[in-house]
Amino acid sequence: MKDPGKSSGMHFHRRAFLQGSGAVAAATAISGGAAEAASRASRLVRSKTQITLHVNGSDHQVAVEPRDTLLDVLRYQLDLTAAKPVSSDGSSGASTVLVDGKPMTASTLLAIACRGKKIETCESVSSHHPDRICRTFVKHDSLQCGFCTPGFVVAVRAFLKRHPDATREQIRQGLNGNLCRCGTYADMIEAVVDLVKGGGNG
Amino acid sequence: MAKTGYAWPSREKSRLLGKSHDRIDGLVKATGEAKYTYDVNLKNQLIVKCLSAPFGHLRITKLDTAPAKEIPGVVEVLVFPHAGVGKEIQWDGELLVAVAAESESAAREGVQAIRFDYEKLDVFTNEEDLEAAKAAGRTMRTRSSEPTTEREPGDDDDEDEFYEAEFKRLFDQCDVVVEGFYGIPVITHCCLEPHGSTLEYKDGKLRVYLSTQNVSGTDDGFAKALEMGADQVEVICQYIGGGFGSKFSPGYWGIAAARLAKSTGRPIKFMLDRDQELKIAGNRPSGYIKVRLGADKNGEIKVWDSHQWGTSGYRGGGVSDRVVPYVIQAPSRRVRATPIKVNAMQAAAWRAPNHPQACVMTQCALDDLAARLGISSLDVFLRNVKHISSRQKQEVYAAELKRAAELIDWKSKWHPHGKGPAKGSVVEGLGIALHTWGGTANNSECRLRIYPDGGVESFCGTQDLGTGTRTVCALVLAETFGLNVEDVRVNIGDSKYPPSGASGGSTTVGAVCESHRRAAQDALARLFETVAPKLSAKPDELEVGVGCIRVKGKPDRSLSWREACALLGLKPLEVTASHKRGAASPLSDEGVGGVQIAHVAVDRDTGVVRMKQFVAVQDMGLIVNRKTATSQVHGAVIMGIAYALFEERILDPSTGQFVNAELADYKLPRIGDVGEIVVDLYEPEDQRARGVIGLGEPPVISPGAAISNAVCNALGVRVPVLPLTPKRVLDAIRQANGRG
Repeated sequence: MKDPGKSSGMHFHRRAFLQGSGAVAAATAISGGAAEAASRASRLVRSKTQITLHVNGSDHQVAVEPRDTLLDVLRYQLDLTAAKPVSSDGSSGASTVLVDGKPMTASTLLAIACRGKKIETCESVSSHHPDRICRTFVKHDSLQCGFCTPGFVVAVRAFLKRHPDATREQIRQGLNGNLCRCGTYADMIEAVVDLVKGGGNG
Repeated sequence: MAKTGYAWPSREKSRLLGKSHDRIDGLVKATGEAKYTYDVNLKNQLIVKCLSAPFGHLRITKLDTAPAKEIPGVVEVLVFPHAGVGKEIQWDGELLVAVAAESESAAREGVQAIRFDYEKLDVFTNEEDLEAAKAAGRTMRTRSSEPTTEREPGDDDDEDEFYEAEFKRLFDQCDVVVEGFYGIPVITHCCLEPHGSTLEYKDGKLRVYLSTQNVSGTDDGFAKALEMGADQVEVICQYIGGGFGSKFSPGYWGIAAARLAKSTGRPIKFMLDRDQELKIAGNRPSGYIKVRLGADKNGEIKVWDSHQWGTSGYRGGGVSDRVVPYVIQAPSRRVRATPIKVNAMQAAAWRAPNHPQACVMTQCALDDLAARLGISSLDVFLRNVKHISSRQKQEVYAAELKRAAELIDWKSKWHPHGKGPAKGSVVEGLGIALHTWGGTANNSECRLRIYPDGGVESFCGTQDLGTGTRTVCALVLAETFGLNVEDVRVNIGDSKYPPSGASGGSTTVGAVCESHRRAAQDALARLFETVAPKLSAKPDELEVGVGCIRVKGKPDRSLSWREACALLGLKPLEVTASHKRGAASPLSDEGVGGVQIAHVAVDRDTGVVRMKQFVAVQDMGLIVNRKTATSQVHGAVIMGIAYALFEERILDPSTGQFVNAELADYKLPRIGDVGEIVVDLYEPEDQRARGVIGLGEPPVISPGAAISNAVCNALGVRVPVLPLTPKRVLDAIRQANGRG
């Protein structure tokens, strides 16, 4: 069966589109006649498609609208709320998840563009079975309010895969995509330095 | 029953207090399991998104919400009472209409469908320019504190004339007079979890998951608005994604959420968008000041005369003149303050209200005095310790100044202002500042149960903002009972528990330590009564050991904790204890000091300031958990680096729009921007003996002044207004060169 979402082949990133107005503007440009175009665009972004998302090792059937972000679907349909909606443009890194092993912000990905990809959220481990990164974050108190923390944990997972022997300077450079307001950076650097040395394995 | 003498164990006898402990909710947060208000998904919930004002000052001329209701998925539309046709709106971002829909997307589409038009009204945002504000009629009456001078005006003197003459006389007596202008603009709280709630109204009861610093004090607001009893409202907040002083009330958006829940009969999730969060959910007042400072040739200050202005938003405000000059008081002084009204949302309490700004407005002038005299600012600060006015002792400040100087290696790194060696275009510098804060223990009540199986459980309507409150409660209980942290269960974050004060002003650690230690000591005294006959001893002959209760001096006569608790029979032992704010207590105190020194590198060609090292020496009475106490100081310093070097609210002068209200544009430091931070928790025996004092606010106060002073020491040029962005640094260098 032809998958209606697949033919687009587009990799949407535009916040304006995600929030609806972009779709209207785009449709207007194609057909002219603003009201009619708006109505058509509105129908377009609302039509739901059944897709399978592969999240944390298992398949999930979800019905998504073309305008739904991966973050919307994770949070509202799968109740996976570790990835946070902090900035709609991804500049906080709080919605960081791994897509085929690469760190990406779920707030700037459309869910339909994630079919067939392996998505890993912070919740791929649990407090009963934490990974060494989570344990080491706690050991160094690299978290306060904790709202940015899952995004950082995922970013660190990706960072250590690429830089298992990272220096302090590389750590300072390599984790600049995430934002913390409580000021946990100093303790986070210590945690990652510890992880590079093999910490959290015990 | 013998009256309990409340006290902390000595340093030697403390098994847990003062040591480093992991926070008990650390793993739940690190793995993303912790459910914040934004994360609570209630079955069948509706999502709310809002239309907000697009201009700094406007009158609504058209507002038609009917098209929004036509959008599939939109269930309810609510026009805020302040937002009908004809209403005037005074700031960008004010919420006008709330749309509740089946999904975020549908709610946003509904918002876009609203037909809205407005008339643009005059906008004023130039709070830095006092003359412009006067010309625009945006200043309020200038407040003057009663001047403090050597001579007093006589009955026949005209006061204004007298003080003009008296200050002229006092300044004439000084060896040196420094004049300066300093400023610190508005910043926002920028909580990563925006303000908001997820709530449901069912069977006449309202259950609110609220992102709040005030679990025990917000039910009333909801109850009044919905005309129901406060006992029918439950406010829950297990985890909060930042508050910093901005989350004490339900907010009008919280009330609207409750109304929508009632009118639709469906749960509602109403969280602000990022730009709304920055525009309307909390900001810190700005402060600008012109100072004349007179001193002797050794740098001891004699006279202070200042005029400050600034804004808290559309109602005026600004930095309080009561904390200027800050901590270091000239013997003779006069302070004036002119509030300015701008088109912006009114400010909210921001971590250590007034102090960070007052510290910049005062201690940059002190550093300029050192620069003028060509002497070390450390010497100037030390020389003026005798003029410190604080609830902390002068000798503590002197000791902290010396410790901080040692830790940063002041002796070998210091050079006179602008006289350091340059590496290419990069110069380095050191800067000092010091601060004070109260940190008294807030009201708090704790209900404690000891179960016959040995379980211990507490209930308290406090909240953990990420400071480690939950862990502190557990540590106090475990220390008192000779147990481990994992042996006690702490319940907080629910308004159905005994009330505890709002977490503002560094009042929480004292509050929960008071209530939990009191409850634990009371419970232990009762347990001793139950256990004493079994050990053939009197209750006052018993003591707690590790995991046991035993007869003092006779370790063989003991019962394990479980055996002891089993003697309670079938019913748990329950006690409730409380502390009232302001009541004298051996467990807590108020009034701390702290000294900070910044070491920066400044590139004279690019204007970029880099943090090299930052030393923070901080007293806080008795340390409960060394690990989270250290984190508090780290975090406060980093928040200080943020407002010293990066963040500010930028309002467009012609539209009043907050143009950088997104995180890509609202600059905050990243992990690579903070340099090395050295924390020294100053806890000699006399400080420890004071008991617990709050720590959240004090270390956020000094970074602005310390970093500004360090940049001035590096360049030999004052960059007068924070944050010290490359543009401001280059402008200051250019201006200094132009003059020279």
